[in-house]
Amino acid sequence: MGVKLVSQGEEVIAFINGDIDHHSASDIRKEIDAITEEKWPQLLKLDFSSVQFMDSSGIGLIMGRYKLMQRLGGKLLIVNIPSHIIRLIKLSGLSELGIIKREDETIDATHK
Amino acid sequence: MQPINEMKFEFISRSSNESFARATVAAFISQIDPTISELADIKTAVSEAVTNCIVHAYNNKFGTIYISVKIYENGRVIIKIRDKGCGIENIDKAMEPLFTTGGEERAGLGFAVMQSFMDNIKVISKPNKGTTVTLEKSIIPRIVKNG
Ligand SMILES: Nc1ncnc2c1ncn2[C@@H]1O[C@H](COP(=O)(O)OP(=O)(O)OP(=O)(O)O)[C@@H](O)[C@H]1O
Ligand SMILES: [Mg+2]
Repeated sequence: MGVKLVSQGEEVIAFINGDIDHHSASDIRKEIDAITEEKWPQLLKLDFSSVQFMDSSGIGLIMGRYKLMQRLGGKLLIVNIPSHIIRLIKLSGLSELGIIKREDETIDATHK
Repeated sequence: MQPINEMKFEFISRSSNESFARATVAAFISQIDPTISELADIKTAVSEAVTNCIVHAYNNKFGTIYISVKIYENGRVIIKIRDKGCGIENIDKAMEPLFTTGGEERAGLGFAVMQSFMDNIKVISKPNKGTTVTLEKSIIPRIVKNG
């Protein structure tokens, strides 16, 4: 449960594990923000492959990190979204921000 | 119509109880053999309602959250989530997607998720008295699911 953070070059990758609800989101947020504000990466990637459960607190978490990366002048990308969360993501309208990458999609050339 | 089965529980509005609440409701409903996806929908909707009690109704003070689950003939499930918190001034406005009084980290999507993941939602609220959210979903019997 929680988040594992990897910083490499201009990227920070956060592997989120377990449930994202209001309870867990505050620790996940604090850990991601701490390393992101320290490293100022060009790209913050949130890897959702090990997320078992998510409610709208997860949408709030993504939107908050999107705003953070806008402030820092970088980009946010959400990768490896499991099929069980896709309906929630669609309902949120987050897909329109261009930050969602599905497992089956080819890698965006600008983020190689 | 009388329910064929029923349960009630209550707990303190600590955020660590969010997962307890949705898992408990799901465990009770499991006896009528829902699909994984039906169960996931219910867990998500319950999580939204319970989180609203903790974040908004009691606003990080401690109060009691009451949940009841009724199962009817034909697989109809009715879940009530009740608090004695601050109440909602304008329910129509509160239920609009993206409306939030919760600040930067809240999306304002809780009610939209409950609406979309359940068959029906009803909200009754009185300022300073509390709020009751009633969620309804029909679990399709396996015989029908299997065609
Ligand atoms: N039980 C409640 N008691 C008091 N106010 C509530 C309650 N539930 C919801 N509200 C009010 O309704 C608004 C909308 O709720 P909703 O769940 O849709 O969004 P949110 O909780 O603000 O954000 P999110 O659920 O996306 O994290 C809340 O911001 C709050 O003002
Ligand atoms: Mg909410």
